[in-house]
Amino acid sequence: METKNIMIVGVGGQGSLLASKLLGRLLVDEGYDVKVSEVHGMSQRGGSVVTYVRFGDKVYSPVIEDGEADFIVSFEKLEAARYADKLKKDGTVIVNTQQIDPMPVIIGAKTYPEDILDTMKEKGVHVDGIDALSLANEAGSSKACNIVLMGRLAKYFDIPVEKWQAAIEKCVKPQFVEINHKAFDLGYNC
Amino acid sequence: MKELLIGNAAVARGLYDAGCKVISSYPGTPSTEITESFAKFDDAYCEWAPNEKVATEAAFGASLNGKRSSCCMKHVGLNVAADPLFTMSYTGINGGMVICVADDAGMHSSQNEQDSRHYAIASKIPMLEPSDSQEAYDFARAAFDISEEFDTPVLLKMCTRVAHSQSIVETREPLTDTDKEYLKLPQKYIMAPANAIRRHPFVEERTAKITELAETSPLNRVEEGDGSKDFGIITSSTSYQYVKEVFGDTVSVLKLGIINPLPIKLIKDFASKLNKVYVVEELDPIVESHCKNIGVDVVGKDIFSITGEFSQKTISKALGVEDKYSVKLDADIPVRPPMMCAGCPHRGMFYVLSKNKVTVLGDIGCYTLGSAAPLNALDMTLCMGASVSGIHGFNVAGGEETEKNTVCVIGDSTFMHSGVTGLINIAYNQSNSTVIILDNSITGMTGHQQNPTTGYSIKGDPAGKVNLEDLCHSIGINSVRVVDPYNLAECEKVLKEEMAKPEPSVIISRRPCVLLKYVKPKKPLHVNTEKCKSCKRCMKFGCPAISFKDNHAVVDPTLCVGCGVCEQLCAFDAFESEED
Repeated sequence: METKNIMIVGVGGQGSLLASKLLGRLLVDEGYDVKVSEVHGMSQRGGSVVTYVRFGDKVYSPVIEDGEADFIVSFEKLEAARYADKLKKDGTVIVNTQQIDPMPVIIGAKTYPEDILDTMKEKGVHVDGIDALSLANEAGSSKACNIVLMGRLAKYFDIPVEKWQAAIEKCVKPQFVEINHKAFDLGYNC
Repeated sequence: MKELLIGNAAVARGLYDAGCKVISSYPGTPSTEITESFAKFDDAYCEWAPNEKVATEAAFGASLNGKRSSCCMKHVGLNVAADPLFTMSYTGINGGMVICVADDAGMHSSQNEQDSRHYAIASKIPMLEPSDSQEAYDFARAAFDISEEFDTPVLLKMCTRVAHSQSIVETREPLTDTDKEYLKLPQKYIMAPANAIRRHPFVEERTAKITELAETSPLNRVEEGDGSKDFGIITSSTSYQYVKEVFGDTVSVLKLGIINPLPIKLIKDFASKLNKVYVVEELDPIVESHCKNIGVDVVGKDIFSITGEFSQKTISKALGVEDKYSVKLDADIPVRPPMMCAGCPHRGMFYVLSKNKVTVLGDIGCYTLGSAAPLNALDMTLCMGASVSGIHGFNVAGGEETEKNTVCVIGDSTFMHSGVTGLINIAYNQSNSTVIILDNSITGMTGHQQNPTTGYSIKGDPAGKVNLEDLCHSIGINSVRVVDPYNLAECEKVLKEEMAKPEPSVIISRRPCVLLKYVKPKKPLHVNTEKCKSCKRCMKFGCPAISFKDNHAVVDPTLCVGCGVCEQLCAFDAFESEED
């Protein structure tokens, strides 16, 4: 099979590491060759963060380049747009519709382009926007945004839901399994 | 067993399975996780050292006494460790020794983009370069074999992409009984001239022998393409993955795993079957220059950049493969740079420095972010420890005029690393310098590593603890003050007093990093919109929890930790806590 490419993007501290850990675990269990690439360090301090997940029969490069991403899973609207040029034609953006102002906006040097998702739609991008923060709160923790989005992503794959749920059990501490299972279901079913 | 591991964790596992018993390191992105992963093995010794020179010498000592040992660092850390490196090449080792060094092409978290391969060549130490996590594991094991077979330390070179990318690793049976006996061999280990003169020819002969190994070792391999003679590619490390991503198995590739010394015959044979040979390597033209030196005509840096990180796009663009369609948005997307966290204790001190227009020589750590808008508080950042050494020279050059309006800032871990020697120079040569130690009780930027001032070891056990006040006093600084950076008035008063004093002084700005687990956040503040006069004074503070909406300041309750510094800034008492 041709290599599939998923990007997970957001703001440092939003929990993209758990999302990529879950995906990696699931895809290895499914028997794929997998590469996951993230950059630690400076990018964590509230900066823009990006993780590449690639899987298939044989994966070489750990990074995703322009025009290669099948999916962008974004924890924030602006970050979805920042990486739009990585999308394949007909690629899909799954985006938490939350807005987090970057420092240039906070200090008034720049304005936040609030209609940015519409701009993407006009360019033919399939935008699947969900209020993941509210759903995460409904599940019991605002931190479960990442798993809500993974639930949404699961809709686009043929992998059975039980396999995703099993991967969650392997990736989070026992006391958080229930909240994350619920968050996954809410994302999957919304 | 098959596991998905980041390259650094794979190195740690490879070192451990090869019987490595001692690791001493200083953290530095992108190398830190090697040592952190190794710390999880209970039956091996692991420590954070104050700096890379100390770490390398500690690992050398363990090797001398018969244990397989390692030390890990980022590329600029190897500059600090360069002194022992060059002479360890002469002494060789007893127990195998592997020095892991991680380069940062693209400078994701570094102050420069230097290429560590130069060190391997200059110190005449063999260097291996893995291209994914499986190779990281395999090469870490192979490095120990080469180390002991040829009596040399071995450099294992990582880069950000290999260090921080996860791929599948199949581990093998761990080695046992790798310990050696200590033997007193003065002619081998005492590098005074009489002995060193005899060891230098040994080093040259060793390089010749390892070159022979490089000709035939499976660590270097030719992958035949589809038979086309048009062109082939010589590559290594992560660049190999990009080449394969673009060309798959259609092009002949010479994939190098031993990057120093480089083979001669292998390269000549490979090139002789092809009309054209490209060299694909990040950063400097090391392989390319070698090829040209041995008379093999190759194309490298004429078409591939000497700066930055590569990707499959770099290869396809340079070699004329068609670009993929991609979406182009015509939108002005504001950048989202990293910044100091909400409640970061560094921010209060930087606000005071910025407000008083003080010249600030900076250092390496989270507090480098004090250079960003709106604080714009820094004047210089060079390397670990340079703020303290630098302010002395700055004040010697500027005299009284600069002394009363200049400080340097350095974190607790960086001060331990190489700031203390600069402070000794200030105390010894008595420049009227004011040194601010930003003590947040952890090594912050690299992700919370313990250091000699925290009182805990890498495994979280109680350890020795350096008392900063006592240390400063004992080296001859008489004026040592401690302030709380959440108290702006106190910071400003002490800052002005210490800069005015006609003697060296140290201000310890002390409060633990807000991200530490034991630091419990207070309830978030909110803005009383009737009191807020829209003066925007609080916006000069650069707190990510405060923004300006509908003509009033707004606090984001998910980010605010209730540090209360904004309350001190507001002249109208508009920031209120729940209790108010």
